[in-house]
Amino acid sequence: MLKFVAGRLLQGILVLLAIYAVTFFLVAATPGSPFSSERAIRPEILAQIEAFYGYDKPVFERFMTSLGNALNGEFGPSAVYANRTVTDIIAESFPVSLKLGALSLLVAMTLGIPAGIVAAVKRNTWLDYVPMSAAMVGICLPTFVMGPMLALVFGIILKMLPVAGWFGPEFWILPAATLGLVYAAYFARLTRGGMLEMLNQDWVRTARAKGVKETTIIWRHCLKGGLMPAVTFMGPALAGIISGSFVVETIFQVPGLGQWFVRGALNRDDFLILGLTVLFATLIVVMNLIVDIVQVALNPRLKYE
Amino acid sequence: MFISQFQKFTRFLLAITLGSLVAACSGGERESDIAASEGILLFGNGSEPKGLDPHLVTGVPENHIISSLIEGLIAYHPTDDLVPAPGMAESWESNDDYTVWTFKLRDDAAWSNGDPVLASDFAYSWERILTPMLGSEYAPMLYVIKGAQAFHAGETEDFSTVGVNAIDDKTLEVTLAGPTPYFLNMLKHYSFFPVNPRAVEENGGMTDRQSGWSTLENYVGNGPFKLKSWVTNQVIEVERNPTYWDAENVKLNGIRFFPVENGATEETMFRSGRLHITSIVPPDKIPSLKESVPDQLMIEPYLGSYFYRVNVTRPPFDNVKVRQALAVSFDKELLVEKVTKGGQNAATGYVPNGIPGYATSTTVQYDPELGKKLLAEAGYADGVGFPKTEILINTSESHRKIAEAMQAMWKDNLGIDVGIYNQEWKVYLDSQSSLDYDLSRSGWIGDYVHASTFLEMFTTGNGNNDTGWSSAQYDALIAKAQLAGSEEERSQVLSEAEEILLAELPVIPIYWYTRVYMKDPQLKGWEPKVLDNRPYKHVYFEAN
Repeated sequence: MLKFVAGRLLQGILVLLAIYAVTFFLVAATPGSPFSSERAIRPEILAQIEAFYGYDKPVFERFMTSLGNALNGEFGPSAVYANRTVTDIIAESFPVSLKLGALSLLVAMTLGIPAGIVAAVKRNTWLDYVPMSAAMVGICLPTFVMGPMLALVFGIILKMLPVAGWFGPEFWILPAATLGLVYAAYFARLTRGGMLEMLNQDWVRTARAKGVKETTIIWRHCLKGGLMPAVTFMGPALAGIISGSFVVETIFQVPGLGQWFVRGALNRDDFLILGLTVLFATLIVVMNLIVDIVQVALNPRLKYE
Repeated sequence: MFISQFQKFTRFLLAITLGSLVAACSGGERESDIAASEGILLFGNGSEPKGLDPHLVTGVPENHIISSLIEGLIAYHPTDDLVPAPGMAESWESNDDYTVWTFKLRDDAAWSNGDPVLASDFAYSWERILTPMLGSEYAPMLYVIKGAQAFHAGETEDFSTVGVNAIDDKTLEVTLAGPTPYFLNMLKHYSFFPVNPRAVEENGGMTDRQSGWSTLENYVGNGPFKLKSWVTNQVIEVERNPTYWDAENVKLNGIRFFPVENGATEETMFRSGRLHITSIVPPDKIPSLKESVPDQLMIEPYLGSYFYRVNVTRPPFDNVKVRQALAVSFDKELLVEKVTKGGQNAATGYVPNGIPGYATSTTVQYDPELGKKLLAEAGYADGVGFPKTEILINTSESHRKIAEAMQAMWKDNLGIDVGIYNQEWKVYLDSQSSLDYDLSRSGWIGDYVHASTFLEMFTTGNGNNDTGWSSAQYDALIAKAQLAGSEEERSQVLSEAEEILLAELPVIPIYWYTRVYMKDPQLKGWEPKVLDNRPYKHVYFEAN
């Protein structure tokens, strides 16, 4: 197992390096600069600013400097926001994204997995149709529809919850619910599929023939295998929730990473884009590794290789 | 059986959800009413400020916050944009031709760190913004001061060549490059604001762009409020500054600035009682809000011009008759009424209306017959043979709607086909400045209340011209206006220049801006301002 993990980590590092290089040169090749604005800047002033941030150097030299700094964990200052380093920005917004992501995942799993299990066990009854139709709607309904709808109902009509901001637990509910509901739908469908596959196995028929109780079959024999698809999905889901929550962050004014990612790209804030890309890439690499380990632990047919 | 089971199940679910929600929420009174009773203004500020250093920022949200923290020589008047109110200067005078100004600073002017505000602080601050090393984008605002341009261009490193002289602790003498009667108005712009020399020196020095003096921990101001907290992307809170000279007349106890970028979110926040003021209103919502809450929807004139730049270096737009034909062949009144909907004024000239003492031009009127005739004279009768051209817009739904209306009206009136394409903001800026476009959507907001802030940009070689257009006669008039002996003469000369612009039409005027936002009726003393400079110290709450 150690060998497996070490190998995968090495692979991950190579992937990260490649991503860093590709991102750097794509950003460098993109038209527009972090310093351009609607009001023209005199060339001599622009030169001063560019020199301050090292933009006056040739692109390859900039790449080497930036890579060297990144390897030391230093991504440089934001080229747009005064007195902030990329590390500051990540340190401020990553915990927020992590909290929102974890809550959403909790919502998604507590709603989605039981619904999927029930739907599989009670196949072709209303306990299957209703949750699965709801899940289909949940998958199809984008967060930018769901979010404002929830804000309208719980914030403006019922006046129960704050509609925007991130000042305390009551502020977490609507964004986490919006993001969680979409993923709950995925979890429900995946769990239902996994459970159905298990319930159709030959050994389930054998167990039933031997008179094993239905609950024992479900809980002891099928659940572990039935959850496999959901477990596989958890890694990408968490990475996706953390990095891809831009829409939800915008609707509910959540100070997370997603807003910075989009803003960084729009502002051409090169250092920020690089820092965040590396962060997301790391997140995905690590998540996938964890998922692989968990999968082997759950599924005796798989081996580390 | 089926139904009842289902009902039980849904009731159970509802009970759980609602129960936990009720337990989680804090109940009753609206946030905005609580804040109003505490004298705290909840302000929707558009976006996270890029910084709070008045010499390095350029944006409107930054201006909103900085102007609560720092006060210049001249303060904002509570009701009239053009009247100078005493700020750090308690009195001022100029010589007869408005070239030498003397400011007497008040004795009780103090910084929030206890330092007195001295004339030398202004000299230090203006030297700082003009130092080339700092790379300040707004430094050219100070070119009205004698020698400032040469110093900023690096021609000399001796700041004593610049017309700023601290005669003693409380007397500042400023010598200008030419007669500038509106100098007092320019002083309200944050590029002229002072910074505290001790704070700047202790945090990296005069020319450090990443100087830490303007962070939450180190901020030193001299305005009616001081910085209390700064939570990125959430809120910036300022509170009453006890060292402010006029503290007893400051009515609010504090302001919370919320950086809400999404217009719909802002509106939801306002409606659920979490804001007193929004920064915008989504255009689609204006008609329904006019109906439902007319006392909360504010529509005010705003000193800005919306227009299309025309690339005069590209055929067919190198032909002035084509430009004229386009400029008169769309119905602006219809456009502002049906498309923009925010009470904007159809632009009959380039410089917006509402500048006192300046005659608004009425030259460019809707006249489709004239348009047809001009286009025929240019060789494209009924649009036949008119090459394929396109309008460049930066990506935005509202710009697209306007462009589509223009496209349809030009098609109807002139028979020409004009395409539309959008580019993301920074790419659009690149295309515009490198003249890689046919027609380009543009807007300009005045830095101070004067026609020159709109007209100087179209002189030959100006970095904001971006049309390829150049006229020696126009340049001469702008130069003449800068040296004009009286304000009447200056306005007259600038008007002549504008008429040249409107005859040649490197720009197609479309509308003059308004500012549309929502305001809580309890908020008083919030008078319309054409530059959106708000004198916070005169604002207060009063229950209706």
